[in-house]
Formats: sequence, structure tokens, C-alpha cells
Amino acid sequence: MFESIDATRAALEREGYFTDPGLATSLFLSLRMQKALFLEGEPGVGKTEVARVLSRVLDVPLIRLQCYEGLDINHAVYEWNYPRQLIAIQARAGGHEGDVADIFSEEYLLRRPLLQAIDRSHERAPVLLIDELDRADEEFESFLLELLGDFQITIPELGTFRADHPPVTVITSNRTREIHDALKRRCIYHWIDYPSPEQELKIVLGKVPEAPEALARQVVAFVQRLRREELYKLPGVAESLDWARALTHLSTEDLDEEVVDRTLGLLLKYQDDVDLVRGRRAAEVLAEIESR
Amino acid sequence: MSGLRFIENLVGFGRALRTVGIPVTPSQVGELTQALSWVELGDRAEVFRTARAILVKRREDLLLFETVFNTYWRHPDIPVPQARARPPAPRDPPRRSAFTVATYAAFKARAEMEERDVADRAGTYSDEERLQRKRFAEMTPEELDAARRMLARFRWEASVRVTRRYSSDPTGASVDLRRVLRHAGRLGAVPAYLPRRSRAEKQRPVVLLADVSGSMERYSKLVLHFFHSLVRSMTDVETFVFGTRLSRITPHLRLRNVDRALAQAGREVVDWAGGTRIGACVGEFNRTWSRRVLRRGAVVVVVSDGCDRGDPSVLAREMRYLKHRCHRLVWLNPHSGHEEYAPRVAGMAAALPFVDNFLPARDIQSLREFGEVLKRVRASGRGIGPRRLGETRPPGIRVPVGSGNA
Repeated sequence: MFESIDATRAALEREGYFTDPGLATSLFLSLRMQKALFLEGEPGVGKTEVARVLSRVLDVPLIRLQCYEGLDINHAVYEWNYPRQLIAIQARAGGHEGDVADIFSEEYLLRRPLLQAIDRSHERAPVLLIDELDRADEEFESFLLELLGDFQITIPELGTFRADHPPVTVITSNRTREIHDALKRRCIYHWIDYPSPEQELKIVLGKVPEAPEALARQVVAFVQRLRREELYKLPGVAESLDWARALTHLSTEDLDEEVVDRTLGLLLKYQDDVDLVRGRRAAEVLAEIESR
Repeated sequence: MSGLRFIENLVGFGRALRTVGIPVTPSQVGELTQALSWVELGDRAEVFRTARAILVKRREDLLLFETVFNTYWRHPDIPVPQARARPPAPRDPPRRSAFTVATYAAFKARAEMEERDVADRAGTYSDEERLQRKRFAEMTPEELDAARRMLARFRWEASVRVTRRYSSDPTGASVDLRRVLRHAGRLGAVPAYLPRRSRAEKQRPVVLLADVSGSMERYSKLVLHFFHSLVRSMTDVETFVFGTRLSRITPHLRLRNVDRALAQAGREVVDWAGGTRIGACVGEFNRTWSRRVLRRGAVVVVVSDGCDRGDPSVLAREMRYLKHRCHRLVWLNPHSGHEEYAPRVAGMAAALPFVDNFLPARDIQSLREFGEVLKRVRASGRGIGPRRLGETRPPGIRVPVGSGNA
């Protein structure tokens, strides 16, 4: 664990994650207080990356649960290995009750991410990433409430599993729906905003070292300016990085109207947005960032 | 600063946050007290970030929190401005006095009066029958009242969609292996009992957008009644009204009492009977709300006459965006539904190519028909071709060619 907020921030930076003091504070507190870190923000601002970097910094495994509609206990926590159970029963066909009682033992248990995360075999607390919680149904949230409360899971046939080392939990949400307050209260909440120009430049230079610095500056200025346009979907940091990489592959030294038009699809993901920016608007934005 | 005084200040800070509507629990204040022992108290920014991390749980509260923090820690003694940034959710007030024999008598008397009212106004069966077909535009105020009362009795249902969850179902298509094995394990025998399961069904979310601008003025109260009855009878409904700006009125319409609900909603709307900018308002909906409310196969219902003072190409662009993000787009127009109607207003013509069901909303009967459409919107309409159900587009409507690609 980290000594201070500054140490937290420095450790993240060593792993190439440049952040503001706000996120470092929230992360530091969530580790100290052993609470889950709840990250909300627009797509592509680096929410998932926090968990990845954290697992590298702490040098522990990352256990990831991607949420989706209909996610249930069978896919999130555990499931019985039915084919094996069936074979076991058939192999002993005609036996007595006692002979098949053991088909509900750990041998036949399939461990899904949440059960893995509280497994006793971990020597240190792993990082548990519950990604895009807003995609799961509300029912799943209430289950999480229980898990985050005391990090234990009960399997009716086997009994209760409890974590020796509660996992370092990171929950992310794209905010396509409101997550219930009861769940958020059990977490340290942090809203990740788009980064400042200086910060984004650091990220681009750090992640795309092959890009010339002048180009990276232009990319960042252009994307930052686009975020003030009326678009359906603003470009995130992930898009800036993709764009910078693509431009480097095209051996671009300097942004011009033509190359912007050709590669705009990497930055804007809706055709309506591309139509709005392509051509004249792009040229205006280019001229504007040039003049500064 | 002594320890006790410091804690008193923190508790006061929590109270200050609660007065402006940020929910802070005593245990959060306790956590903050503990957390502040780990950070540099002399560093104001660090203290701010620590307090924010522990006390704020919603993005909407971030700015307000900053304001309160700055005010409170400069002058802890002056009260925080009482302006409520987010008033508490409206709710039906509890009955104030105890229920005594006297109040019982009063209640009874009132109930009897109401009965007489109904007999006076809504009248006989044949009256109701006549009202079914009478156009809202031609109704007298009394008839409108009766129509509103009829609306309040409607029970709406949205069509269902198949979810990814399973539920036990004797006629289901797949075998519920878990239950099979639990039985087999118990009996110690070859699995003989095969319980089945199928995908659970759920009502689709419904999103309602109503025009309350000047040209729709005489319908707007009725529309809100209509929305109220929809909100009350379905689980997943979002409601918005717009004129020149968009306002979300869902929480207000959840109140059971229709008059109180409408009064609350009315306060939210800044521009009753003002101008109309449908395109801009649909755009605002698309940008701020669509990602949050258009999920899981939502049905979108727009109630408007299509009189738009904005640029039709803007409306066309926003309608196309909206159409591609919902399961079905229904437009209710109070003026349409009779022979000579044609979407002459530019806004209506621009929006029409993107509408799946263009339905009239001129009388009670047409609202009933809308209810049928809402119930019957079935699996994946997109691609198969729009306007399969509730096809009421009058003959002779010509959609301007090319307006879809504006």
C-alpha cells in the first residue's frame, strides 16, 4: 500500500498512468479504507486502465468481470459443472443416495470471477475489476451490495466462502443508467473528467513514444478543441491515442486538412459527427490551433 | 484547533451539505474524520479532494459541493445559502391530522359529493360513447374534464421483450440443468425429472416527449394527464416536455394525485406556450439523455403537431439519430387523422420519414388505438420495414424526397 497521496500518484505515473491529484486521492483512500473505488466517466477516459495499472503496481493478479445485460450468478460467481456431474451419476448408476451426494463438492464447482476474487488461495489481495456495471441489470447490483459489504459468498450446497484478503475492487460505469445510491455509498466515488491539455499531452507522449512531439501537441490541441463542439459523442483519450498512432503509421509530420479528413473516423464514431466536422469545420479548427 | 471543535465543524459541514440536498450520512462524516488523519491538513486542496472523495457520490453534486466547501471553510459560522440546487424528490404529503370520527364523516361526505359530480358531468354511457369520437379540439371545457377522467382510468401496457435472464417455465425450450442435478443428487438416481426454463420477458421502456409550445397549448394539460396515466400504469417510463427547451418531468409525474403531479411538473417547465424548436430540443434529448434512457429496446413516443420554428434540416438530422437508437419511434399528432390532413408544416414533413408509427391523437378513441400499438410492438421492427402496425398514415401524404439526407 501507499504511504501518501503523492506516493500513489507517483506509482501510477511510473506505470505510465498520468492522473490528476483528485483520482490519486480517491484511490489512496479506497485502499486505506478497504472500500471499492467507483469510477464514472465518459467512455475512453481511462477507467478500466486504472485497474490494470493498479494490478501492475501492486504486483497482484487482475480478475476482471465484464458486465452485460442478463449477467447472473452463474456467470459472475459460480456454476456447477453439469456435464461432469452427469457423467459421475451415470458411472455409478443404480447406487444409493450416499454415493452421489458428492457431486455438489468443490471438485465439480466452476469458479467465476467473483468467487475467484475472494478465494483463500491468494497470498495477497488481488485486484477485482467489475467493468461497465451500468450494463448489468439492477438485480445484479443488489447482489454486489451483499458482496461488497463483507466479501463473502454463500453457496447453498457448500457453505460460505470468505476472503482472507478482501480484493482491491474497482467498479466502472459509463453512466448509461444511474447506479443505485446504496451501492455507491459503499464505495469511494470518483468522476473521471477529460484530462487537461498538459495531462493529455503527457499521456499521448507516454503511450505513443514513436509520435513526434510536435505532432502529439497538434493532436492534443485538435482533440481538446473538438470536445467543445456539439457532437453526439466526444472523442476520449482512447481516441486521441488511436489517432496519434494512426497518424504515426501514416508518417504524418504535420496535421493538415487532407490527413484530418482521411483519418477522422478514428476520432469520431458517429457518421453524423464526422459529417459535421469534415471539411470546413475541420479546417477552421486547424487554423485556430495553428494560430495559438 | 482542538479535536472536539474540529469534529464539531465537520459535523456542521455535513449538515450544510444536507441542507443543499447532497445526502451525507453521519457515518460518512465519521469516515472523513478518520481519513483526514492521513492527509496534510495544511494543504487546503488536499483536504478538499479527500472530503470530496468520501462525501460526494453523484456527478451532479460535484459543483455544488465545491461551492459549499469554499463557503463553509472560510466562514463556518455563516449559514450556507439556502438555495436548494436539487429539491428533494416530490412525494404525496402524509395526511396531517389523525383519523377521527369527524374526519371520517368529512371523507364520507366528500366521497358522496364526488359521486354526484360524476353523475352530473361524465354522465351516461351514451355520453362517454359520444366523447370517444369527439375531437379534443372541439370539446368544451366540461367535456375535456370528462375526457381527462376517462384517461385516468386507462391501463396501459408496453409490449414485452425477451431478456437474457431465465425463469422456470414448464413449457420452456431448454432444460434447467441445475435443478435436474439437484433432484438427481437428492434421489441418488439417473436424472428422470427434467424441469425446463425459458427466457424471461419484460416490458419495454417507454420514453415520452411532449410539445407544450404555443401551438399545442390547448392540448398540453390533456397531454400531461395522458402521460400521468402512462407513468402510473407502467414501470419503466421517462417523460420530457419541450417548447424552446427540454425539461424532464418523470419524478413529478410519479405522484399518485394527478393534480399535484401536474402542478409539480408545471413548475419544472420554463416556457409554457412559448415558441417551438423541436429540432433543437430533440437534439438536446439526444445528447444529454438518449444514452441514459434509450436502452433495452425502448419505444419513443413524440407528441407534437410538428410546427417547428427551427431549421427543418436540424430536425431531420436529430430524428434520424433518434430513430436509429430506439426500438420504435411513434409520433402522435393531434391534428392528423382526418381525410384532408397532410403534413404541410415543414417540421412534420421533415420528421415523418424517420417515424415508424404516425398516429393521430385527436380523440379518446385514437389514444386507445395508440394503446394497442404500444402493446403490440413486437420483436425487431427495424429492417423489416416500418409502419407494419397501427398503419394510419392517411392516403395522399407525400414525403418530400431527399429530406432524409439533410
